[in-house]
Amino acid sequence: MGYIPGSSRDSLSMLMSLGLDNLDQLYTDVPAGVKLHDGLRLPAGLGEMAATRMLQDVAQKNTIYRDVFLGAGAYRHFIPAAVDNIASRNEFVTAYTPYQAELNQGVLQSIFEYQTMICELTGMDASNASVYDGATAAGEACLMMQARKKSTILVSETTHPQVMEVMQAYADSAGMQVVPVAAKDGATDLESLQSLLGSEVAGVYMQSPNYYGVIEDIGAAAGLVHAAGALLAVGVNPIAAAILKTPGEQGADIAVGDGQPLGLPLAFGGPYLGFITCKTALTRRLPGRIVGETDDINGRRAYVLTLQAREQHIRREKASSNICSNQAWCALRSAAYMSVMGPGGMSECARQCYANAHYLLDCLQACGFSQAYNGDFFHEFVVQSPIDPALLNAQLAQSGILGGLDLGGGNMLWCATELTGKTEIDHLISKIKEVAG
Amino acid sequence: MKLIFEKSTPGQANDILPANPLISQYAPPTEALRANAPRLPEAAEVAVVRHYMALSRMAFGVDNGFYPLGSCTMKYNPKAAERAASSPHFTDIHPLQSQDSAQGCIEVMYRLQEALNEVSGMGATSLMPAAGAQGEWVGINIVRAYHAHNHDTKRTKVLVPDSAHGTNPATAAMCGYEVVNIPSGPDGLVDVDALEQAADNTTAALMLTNPNTLGKFEKNICRIAEIVHNAGGLLYYDGANMNAIMGVTRPGDMGFDIMHWNIHKTLATPHGGGGPGSGPVGVCKALARFLPTPMATFADGTYALSGDDSGGIKRAKIFYGNFLVLVKALYYVLALGADGLKEASMRAVLNANYLLRALEQYSSLRYDSPCMHEFVLSLDTLKEQTGVSAQDIAKTMIDYGVHPPTMYFPLTVGEALMFEPTETESRQTLDDMANIMDKIIHTAKNDADLLHTSPYTTPVCRPDEVKAAREPKLRHYDH
Repeated sequence: MGYIPGSSRDSLSMLMSLGLDNLDQLYTDVPAGVKLHDGLRLPAGLGEMAATRMLQDVAQKNTIYRDVFLGAGAYRHFIPAAVDNIASRNEFVTAYTPYQAELNQGVLQSIFEYQTMICELTGMDASNASVYDGATAAGEACLMMQARKKSTILVSETTHPQVMEVMQAYADSAGMQVVPVAAKDGATDLESLQSLLGSEVAGVYMQSPNYYGVIEDIGAAAGLVHAAGALLAVGVNPIAAAILKTPGEQGADIAVGDGQPLGLPLAFGGPYLGFITCKTALTRRLPGRIVGETDDINGRRAYVLTLQAREQHIRREKASSNICSNQAWCALRSAAYMSVMGPGGMSECARQCYANAHYLLDCLQACGFSQAYNGDFFHEFVVQSPIDPALLNAQLAQSGILGGLDLGGGNMLWCATELTGKTEIDHLISKIKEVAG
Repeated sequence: MKLIFEKSTPGQANDILPANPLISQYAPPTEALRANAPRLPEAAEVAVVRHYMALSRMAFGVDNGFYPLGSCTMKYNPKAAERAASSPHFTDIHPLQSQDSAQGCIEVMYRLQEALNEVSGMGATSLMPAAGAQGEWVGINIVRAYHAHNHDTKRTKVLVPDSAHGTNPATAAMCGYEVVNIPSGPDGLVDVDALEQAADNTTAALMLTNPNTLGKFEKNICRIAEIVHNAGGLLYYDGANMNAIMGVTRPGDMGFDIMHWNIHKTLATPHGGGGPGSGPVGVCKALARFLPTPMATFADGTYALSGDDSGGIKRAKIFYGNFLVLVKALYYVLALGADGLKEASMRAVLNANYLLRALEQYSSLRYDSPCMHEFVLSLDTLKEQTGVSAQDIAKTMIDYGVHPPTMYFPLTVGEALMFEPTETESRQTLDDMANIMDKIIHTAKNDADLLHTSPYTTPVCRPDEVKAAREPKLRHYDH
């Protein structure tokens, strides 16, 4: 049956060698009262061909858009072919966590290289091997910032709303409080931040570019936060990080984000990649797996899972986090992406995102859309639409265009990447003009 | 082997993006820019590909060979599942595009939810958690929400057997609970009397793996459920060992109120060198309102993502879960069907017993009834007699082309090696394993020193873990 090798004669002879007649006799410890007597109410197995075709049919019910102007936490970028090719190696795909260093130096070294690249991108000192996504990385950052007698985390209202919800959940379950910091003109209101920075505040979280695309003044915020004796965690977009001032340069203590733009497809929301980095002083508060460099008994350079005294399998209830599985394969993809793109390619990609988005704004403004906020932005921005957003997006969908996110009240969040250049934007604008009539 | 940074050639780039004239027209202001470019590799595509090919040759997955890593269920991952999940009609779908344009994705989620409900006997399942540990975290948050909903504020403790996975106590602590360890009896099962004494009106929940980490079925499960429920607590099922029982018994039928799955174990999705996993959480009907949302629903021929979030934890991660992993899991369920899932579990248990019969001669731990999908050897006698440790044995297996079993777990067993062969290994592989073990034990008794410095066939041997932790070097560049 299925993927199980061997014939039923094999299993019969194996049973006989154990002195048993049938497979049911293996389950003598299962009380009769909880045994499933009538079998599972599931269809019979389809086998490979029919199951494959069935899923193909299901997949066909989804619409792929040629031009995607929707971001809001998931970004469609070009993925070089080498990324898919490298990541499809079965040695990487089918390995478990590299508990046996000798057998999995390849996985360990790839993680060490990933950690180095993420530190380079964020300007921070230490990275772990990944967490589930950018939102849970922000949640874990809350736990890292918790200090004795300080359990309040201030979170800017310009944070992605779903990230805010996840942070709220992590904080709630750890007995911490999340207090929102008001936004002003699409950016964190630093006066409001200052007024909330009491002695009970353990840390502050800001996202830049924020949910509305606006580039925040992290440097100014860091000064206020540190003066109040608190820590600053910053959520960043890894493509923007290739050219914009790094969290490290601006004084952040922790930098997190979602690595999805680094070579991971949209994939209806996952699997993505949470990265989490910090200054050296906080290294031992990082959650999850970390790979470190050391020597073997013959003095050769070697890589191992390290600082395991933080982790659940050693410390149990005293662990810094319960995380066990992470997103290692996604981290591998991101490292392959950064390697193929190189610093030049990453910078070019970021500059094209910035330029395309700014051109898009100019074009939309010429069609009667008005910019909602004044601050400079990276590759996303909010405009007030002269056309009902739902109607507009429905019409654009007819032309294979996925329009901006409807934020309510006529506001829309638009995104451009290197994949939506002048040609795609001009096409979009011509379709918008048709809708506007 | 050199790091990719050490293979870098300044100025080397790959021609990937087209020229874009807009970048001179719209350039970010200088004061917004970072001072220095990130020191990423500058390597030609061919050099990058060769680098990763070389790394892959120093990696070992279940496609390379036998991987009896206990508690991790390293079964073969069907290639058709990989292909199904790589369809652009799944990979190129934006999580926020309209639901009518993503009906296929939501249908995958709905079908998998229904299948998981049936196999587990639970009333409702959320696919959102990204991994087993996150499933536990969601589950224990549901425990908290349930008691809070009942204004039952005295329940501050979570009971955890001493043989539990480390994630159980770590999760309970992360959710603000005091962890109370419940000892195992001499038979390796939960000490029911100790549980009865510990369970009271301060008990929020008992977290239990069944079969447990010794690979034994907790045969007193009905009594255990009764004790916990009579005390007003909830019963939490750690689904790490579901591969033993599909189609045989169900957590819901055993009296569990909440559970998590480890999709990457039980439903054959690959583990990717550490993840992504997927850890759906199932609950009994009465707790359905506490699940994170949105969930997939189906009515009048249309699939939808919906659900009220009035209950417990609102959201565990961004969007809906590790979606592509869910596609692979659904493929597995469709391909195997009701009988195939049951056969997978039964054959996993058969393989474990067959291997146990061959290896138990080396162990001081005895099984007086069939084990489930995994078993533990205790090599403490061998250690006493020869000085050869469980680690020495495990490392030597590498030289024979086998991934070692889980070492030194559960913590309740001395010199433990935990084997989980899974159903996708042939009798020949198991016989080979028995022969390998025979040879290694023979060496242990005759030339013990040889085993203290194994393996000999790998690029490195016994890395210095103490140095790694004392002088952490976690990235290539010092500054």
